[in-house]
Amino acid sequence: MVTVSMTVNGKQVSKEVEGRTLLVQFLRDQLGLTGTHVGCDTSQCGACVVHIDGTSVKSCTVLAAQADGAEVMTIEGLAQTGQLHPMQEAFREHHGLQCGFCTPGMVMSAVDLLKENPDPSDREIREWLQGNICRCTGYHNIVKAIQAAAQSMRG
Amino acid sequence: MYDFTYHRPSSIEEAAKLLAGAEDGKLLAGGHTLLPTLKQRLAQPSDVVDLAGIAELKGISEAGGALLVGAMTTHGEVHRSELVRAKIPALAHMASDIGDSQVRHRGTLGGSIANADPAADYPAAVVGLCATVRTDRREIAGQDFFTGLFETALDEQELVVSVSFPVPEKAGYAKFANPASRYPIVGVMVARTGEGVRVAVTGAGPSVYRWSEAEQALTANWSAEALKDLTASPEGLNSDIHASAEYRAHLVAVMAKRALASAG
Amino acid sequence: MADTAVGSRLERREDRRFLTGKGRYTDDINRHGQAHAYFLRSPVAHARIGALDTAEAERAPGVIAVFTGKDMEADGVGSLPCGWVVTDRHGAPHKAPPHFPLARDRVRYVGDHVAVVIAETLGQAKDAADLIRVDYEELPAVIDLLSAASGELLHEAAPGNLCYDWELGDKAATEAGFAKAAHVTKLDLVNNRLIPNAMEPRAAIGEWDSGTEEYTLYSTSQNPHLLRLILCAFVLNLPESKVRVIAPDVGGGFGSKIFAYAEETVCTWASKKIDGRPVKWTADRGEAFLSDAHGRDHVTHCELALDADGHFLGLKVDTTANMGAYLSSFSTSVPTYLYATLLAGQYQTPAIYANVKAVFTNTAPVDAYRGAGRPEATYVIERLVEIAARETGRDPAELRRLNFIRPDQFPYQTPVALQYDIGDYEPSLDKALEMIDYQGFGARKAASEAKGKLRGIGLSAYIEACGIAPSAVVGSLGAGVGLWESATVRFNATGTVSVMTGAHSHGQGHETTFAQVVAEKLGIPYDNVEIVHGDTGRISMGMGTYGSRSLAVGGSAIVKACDKIIAKGRKIAAHLMEASEGDVEFKDGKFTVAGTDKSKAMAEIAFTAYVPHNYPEGVEPGLDETAFYDPLNFTYPAGVHIAEVEIDPDTGITTIADWVAVDDFGNIINPMIVEGQVHGGIAQGVGQALLEHTVYDRESGQLLTGSYMDYAMPRADNFPAFRVETTVSACTHNPLGVKGCGEAGAIAAPAALMNAITDALGVEIDMPATPEKVWRAAQARLRVAAE
Repeated sequence: MVTVSMTVNGKQVSKEVEGRTLLVQFLRDQLGLTGTHVGCDTSQCGACVVHIDGTSVKSCTVLAAQADGAEVMTIEGLAQTGQLHPMQEAFREHHGLQCGFCTPGMVMSAVDLLKENPDPSDREIREWLQGNICRCTGYHNIVKAIQAAAQSMRG
Repeated sequence: MYDFTYHRPSSIEEAAKLLAGAEDGKLLAGGHTLLPTLKQRLAQPSDVVDLAGIAELKGISEAGGALLVGAMTTHGEVHRSELVRAKIPALAHMASDIGDSQVRHRGTLGGSIANADPAADYPAAVVGLCATVRTDRREIAGQDFFTGLFETALDEQELVVSVSFPVPEKAGYAKFANPASRYPIVGVMVARTGEGVRVAVTGAGPSVYRWSEAEQALTANWSAEALKDLTASPEGLNSDIHASAEYRAHLVAVMAKRALASAG
Repeated sequence: MADTAVGSRLERREDRRFLTGKGRYTDDINRHGQAHAYFLRSPVAHARIGALDTAEAERAPGVIAVFTGKDMEADGVGSLPCGWVVTDRHGAPHKAPPHFPLARDRVRYVGDHVAVVIAETLGQAKDAADLIRVDYEELPAVIDLLSAASGELLHEAAPGNLCYDWELGDKAATEAGFAKAAHVTKLDLVNNRLIPNAMEPRAAIGEWDSGTEEYTLYSTSQNPHLLRLILCAFVLNLPESKVRVIAPDVGGGFGSKIFAYAEETVCTWASKKIDGRPVKWTADRGEAFLSDAHGRDHVTHCELALDADGHFLGLKVDTTANMGAYLSSFSTSVPTYLYATLLAGQYQTPAIYANVKAVFTNTAPVDAYRGAGRPEATYVIERLVEIAARETGRDPAELRRLNFIRPDQFPYQTPVALQYDIGDYEPSLDKALEMIDYQGFGARKAASEAKGKLRGIGLSAYIEACGIAPSAVVGSLGAGVGLWESATVRFNATGTVSVMTGAHSHGQGHETTFAQVVAEKLGIPYDNVEIVHGDTGRISMGMGTYGSRSLAVGGSAIVKACDKIIAKGRKIAAHLMEASEGDVEFKDGKFTVAGTDKSKAMAEIAFTAYVPHNYPEGVEPGLDETAFYDPLNFTYPAGVHIAEVEIDPDTGITTIADWVAVDDFGNIINPMIVEGQVHGGIAQGVGQALLEHTVYDRESGQLLTGSYMDYAMPRADNFPAFRVETTVSACTHNPLGVKGCGEAGAIAAPAALMNAITDALGVEIDMPATPEKVWRAAQARLRVAAE
């Protein structure tokens, strides 16, 4: 067992876990943050994307122990005081989600994209999303939503 | 995943000691190969030694006409590095297209080359750019580093510290990605280096290799004309549900041309 | 305030929870005291089970129980049924071999269920599964469906591995049509096997309450009532009144979550065996690949006869369809009644004959996947028509137009059983041609060729039968269930409305669309309407969501229940306003005495119904009405999709340059949601045509495409932006005039894309058009051109 301490969505947490505990298991099973999903076993679908120290990562391919001391943000931490993040707003306005299962990872990935590239082209958005699989939307409205969020965040 | 004991040392020496003391220890770099392997219960290490806490394994610097890239430098850091973009744009370009954005945030140069996946990108850079791999005990010429399918010249508990990439005169990288995994089915690094012309091919065979006919042709004449009618042999190349050896051989020639075009 | 009216692009009310991580999917639920199940699956495709020793596993740390097929047999557990009896050419029912939740003496595909380990943690269950000793006495695997007849027998009940040999249509009339033909186009094609890959893997929690002797099953189901019916009536022999199935938020299904599977059956049964501890199972993606019902998998020879003017004279189709190792819940109906009945397409083909043989192989069961039979039918017709146009030197668009059923011919009786109520095909064709600038294609092709690229354009004029389905019709064809839908509309005393529907959203946005319908129908605020679904404990009955039926059938049931509410409300209003019921009109949420300014709002009537102090004699208190709606016919959405592609002949990479879709879905409640459905459907159709391919090793029967490393899922960078428009011919036989939109894209897209690719290549290839296949074809073409 190993003790891991980290900040999750602004709150300090500390738990004893097995070495093999994945960050996504830690979030879902120990902290009850079930917004982060698991959709594959091969680090490809991106349903589990969260931010570690402000950068998007696949929480199914990070040990909880590796995130010791880090600041982790999950989809539950994105909306501030009940106010949706512009990316969440844009996904809703442009119907960027259907079943909602890939959505948390998709949104967290998209938020990180705009940190790296505040004014992406459609092609750049589509390439960035290589690691996020959606089976419902055909990606059309996801791209539209990210463009809209980029515009609103640029002001 | 089977359980193991997790360690996060803060120095190379400490890491080496932990590894030596473990019954079956494994080094954890970015984890993007090791953790999926463990999840599938394909390995059962007693101890996992995380290298993330070792500062000297990180970072990119320039020295003596070469770029020194720490083993724990992520693909994203290589891709975004102004230094790499200025000195070896082909390397930055390669790093920008490994895996996906999240994989690039975690996956590392050292982890990639130590694993020696035949379908990884970096081996083409290590061989094609005449790099030198520095370990905790010696230097290994890039040319000699990859010895086979998932096999390297590293000893059992040897640890990659950094890779030194001499700045080439020209270099370009082109890849044809597997539509499913997005790993290269064929990736080709074409470079004009201080040691001569190099054409390094990854993905096509069981391990990275140099396409000597193309190297000779380009040595004689560094131009598209030299590669125009050159064909690669399918002999010994991989063949699977995604691409036959014949198709891979064809792609080697096409990607070499495209890499050359991007090298200028 | 947002416009919530029918027809407005209202944002979805379910999105806030999905976007903030508050969706509640089955795996998000943890029950007190739950144990974890892990299934030991067959590593081989075909074997007799020799010795099976679980003793060591039972002693492993944390293990609560290990069960095998023998344990279920001893408990009288039955076989998972196939709910649709197909009668073969000779009048005999299809061969229905048993499909036990845990194998009893033989395993028949890689991933088949051998045993279940139930332990305190999933890790312990997996560890223990390693300790189960199984002797697999291997048998030859039957993988190739064309040679299945001569392969090792899978089931004693099915000689020659044949499930049925079935036919539809007038063979003699079709032969007569061919005898008159000026031209016959022939095609051999493969409709490739697909794995649905809803992003949420299947999951189940079974729970038995020893106090009430009731079972609760949490499941990732598209149709919880149907699942309950199957479990109770056929497999576990339980009273339906003692079983509650809850399907919370469901993360996509595309058909794969319609069926009753082994895992949820075992979890439900096993909970009682371990004294009521809840038993939880969640598939990992590898298990999903192995054990979710797959889709498609046909091999077909087809021929189209044309006269000298290009009119179609007849269509012959000979298909072999793969059922997999066992019959999944509705598998038999897919390559028959959902396939051959659609072979008329949008055309006046006077005679059609189809012969379908369904075979067993040592592969995962195959069943309905988005479109289910209709994509396969469209692919046959639309590939044939396109090739016929090429062969006879006609413009593919004009050959279609020439043969379209004309608007004045509706209702139109096809030669393959269906009667289309309405349609108008030319406006969709014209609009699509205009949108893609069909006339300008030549110039675009020349521009591509100047860059060393190939360019192609391809059409697909599809039709589908949706709104499944009139119960009497499907009953006469062998369905074991009625395909009506139910709805309860319940006014609460304070004016809010709860709508209980048997349809169940797994991404379609029912909570929004249905509320739009109810708000408009009853003239009450949208925000006052709550949609309840996915729980047999809260909804009286239901048949679920599939076959693009939710709005056409479920929505119609809701409208009928609203009508009952209004009828009762009118009685109460007439009493309150001292008017005769016949003089009371209902409009915009108000009951008004005709010709006066006397009126009562719906909310006031609802309050009166629950506080009936001043109330009409003989009328029951309360305002809570249930309706069942059984459709009069299928609905027939139709449209035209056009794809344009550019191919790099050096690599074989196909880039989709443009995509236009013009669909006629009848009336539309929420265009934003409809467009989203079309986009997603197109993406799955493109996936089939370009990327997705299920490969079993022909010798060993191992699934070679068992993860996202090898099964190419469509990603964002595989697509352009789609351009989607609609035309409207309202359905004539349901109260909303709607037809359904969920499957259209997946039905239309494969043919459009393959027509475009083969147009560019000038050579026929099968799906998926992988880079290597395209490269080989392009090289062959370039060689021919050079000679």
